[in-house]
Amino acid sequence: MARLTMIQAINQALAQAMEADERVMVMGEDVGRNGGVFRATDTLFDRFGPDRAVDTPLAEGGIVGTAVGLAVYGMRPVVEIQFMGFTYQAFSQLVAQAARVRYRSLGRYTCPMVLRAPYGGGVKALELHSETLEARALHTPGLKFVTPSTPHDAKGLILAAIEDPDPVIVAEPLRLYRSHRDEVPEERYTVPIGKARLVREGTDVTLIAWGSQVPTAVAAADLAAEAGIRVEVIDLRTIVPMDQDAIIASVEKTHRAVILQEAPVMGGVGSEVAALISERAILSLEAPPVRVGGYDMPFPPASLEEEYLPTPERVKAAIDRVCRF
Amino acid sequence: MITVEFPRREVLRPDGTLVGPMPNLGPEQLRDLYRTMVTARVFDQRALNLQRQGRIGTFAPAAGQEAAQVGAVFAMHRDEWLFPTYRSHPAMLAHGVPLERLFLYPLAHPQGGVPPEGVAVYSIAISIAAHLPHATGAAWASRLRGERKGFVALFGDGATSEGDFHEALNFAGVFKAPVVFLCENNGWAISVPREHQTAAETIAQKAVAYGLPGEVVDGNDALAVYQAVDEALERAREGGGPTLIEAQTYRLGPHTTADDPTRYRSPELLSEAERKDPILRLRLLLEGRDLWSEPDEQALREEAAQAVKDAYERAQATPAMTLEDLAAHVYAEEPPYLRREMEGLA
Repeated sequence: MARLTMIQAINQALAQAMEADERVMVMGEDVGRNGGVFRATDTLFDRFGPDRAVDTPLAEGGIVGTAVGLAVYGMRPVVEIQFMGFTYQAFSQLVAQAARVRYRSLGRYTCPMVLRAPYGGGVKALELHSETLEARALHTPGLKFVTPSTPHDAKGLILAAIEDPDPVIVAEPLRLYRSHRDEVPEERYTVPIGKARLVREGTDVTLIAWGSQVPTAVAAADLAAEAGIRVEVIDLRTIVPMDQDAIIASVEKTHRAVILQEAPVMGGVGSEVAALISERAILSLEAPPVRVGGYDMPFPPASLEEEYLPTPERVKAAIDRVCRF
Repeated sequence: MITVEFPRREVLRPDGTLVGPMPNLGPEQLRDLYRTMVTARVFDQRALNLQRQGRIGTFAPAAGQEAAQVGAVFAMHRDEWLFPTYRSHPAMLAHGVPLERLFLYPLAHPQGGVPPEGVAVYSIAISIAAHLPHATGAAWASRLRGERKGFVALFGDGATSEGDFHEALNFAGVFKAPVVFLCENNGWAISVPREHQTAAETIAQKAVAYGLPGEVVDGNDALAVYQAVDEALERAREGGGPTLIEAQTYRLGPHTTADDPTRYRSPELLSEAERKDPILRLRLLLEGRDLWSEPDEQALREEAAQAVKDAYERAQATPAMTLEDLAAHVYAEEPPYLRREMEGLA
């Protein structure tokens, strides 16, 4: 088994999907000859040709809008949007069109497309290059949304997304693209959409995180362990459809919950998780669920991002709060 | 300023005489074209009346635009996809959607958005111009799959101001998507006249900027529209890529049943447009060639009225659907939380 970075695992997943199914095509800005600005589509142009590793004009709405048509007509387009923040320019096509193709036609037409985009801060980028947008998908019935935190899950979730009969957004944590390597099986495999991953078992607090925040969650759990608090860390992996049962089962065991996200806290996915816990597990709780996340301001200029992004220390403080309640 | 000359293709004058040679349509096809246009008009008027009586919901009439729509569809093969708008019932009817299904849409029945199996019509996307990139994508997919088909996307003059219009035509040009973009320039986007949509003299000239062929046709002339779309589709099927056609027509009715056009449109403008009615001139042509008679006309009107009446009754009798039925179509697999919500458990 090879040890791959996340970007290498993504590249391998795309290549294997294209080998296995000639309907699969990758498309986006600079994904062809250049192999993608982060190299996710490296060598695909040479291996599969310009019709299947497609350099598109520079228009996110057009990329997603034509991908809808391609998907409806039997292709399996895998769109790359260069940064998640650029999906704002494709918002209408994603939310008002891709998400509704099946529903408005009662299944006569479907939209099996994948949209991949790197997201999140921590790499000192320009404005709109560090957005974290899972809450928009959570509020859009018809879209699915997954976000891997490891190279292994990145490959398996992308392959699952390509096989999925509905539109799936794969949000790839930009800062984890090359941060570490993982054992990644050579063969094609899928990580099921809708299933959370237990990262670390614990008995005192459930810490729920996803995507870019999973390493922060693990670091916070390490800090807590030094203080004798055993934290159970759950990586949601899928935001829509969320693995609610995994969250509830863990909270019923630990009686305390901290939810960690990179996006602004208000109206975020963490709020939905907190509401879920309150509705389904209130009698198990020893303390109110606490959310940790970005502040409710647009993502700051890069010189201030370290102060903005959640840190293990901030998460540890939240763990302390729910333990001392 | 660079000006681009776009001569307007005209075949049939308002008085029913021909400008140039007859397109390749035989007598029976001409009669069929006329019958379909009249049936669409009868449906249109009946739907308007039913809405006024409170028996169906919001409806967007297409009266005046039958030549542009039916003429275009007559150039299509049955397996070539039509991308309609909410004002495309004449085209949908011509391409095989039954009248009864057309009633389900203003009846707000979920099946109103579902063309029957075997009918190559896409669902109505509502957002203006949002379906145009889909048409480009589907046509592009058809080319990638090695088919020799040409698709037709309908939209109005207002849609040409949208970003989706630009992106759809630009992508179609780059990827040689076999699609005919047929703009029904009916003069109005609700209350806003065509001159306020663009400073360009014609909509067709926008094709130049995308590297596509563009053409203006008399949109009330079914034969001119047929001929222009036929040529564009043939080019598309042969790998020649997309075409933009501006069919200059006129919306005789309101934008929708929720609109009162007397607030922004003078009676003189309307009566001038009514003199150019696309149905009238086709009848004059047929009569001039002894292909149509007054008894034919009476029989057609009665037949169409009966068909529309029966269709409405069948549409009304269509079994209602429930929210639970719809819940099954949000995703291929219904998420467990949706079921919990609907059972009052979440």
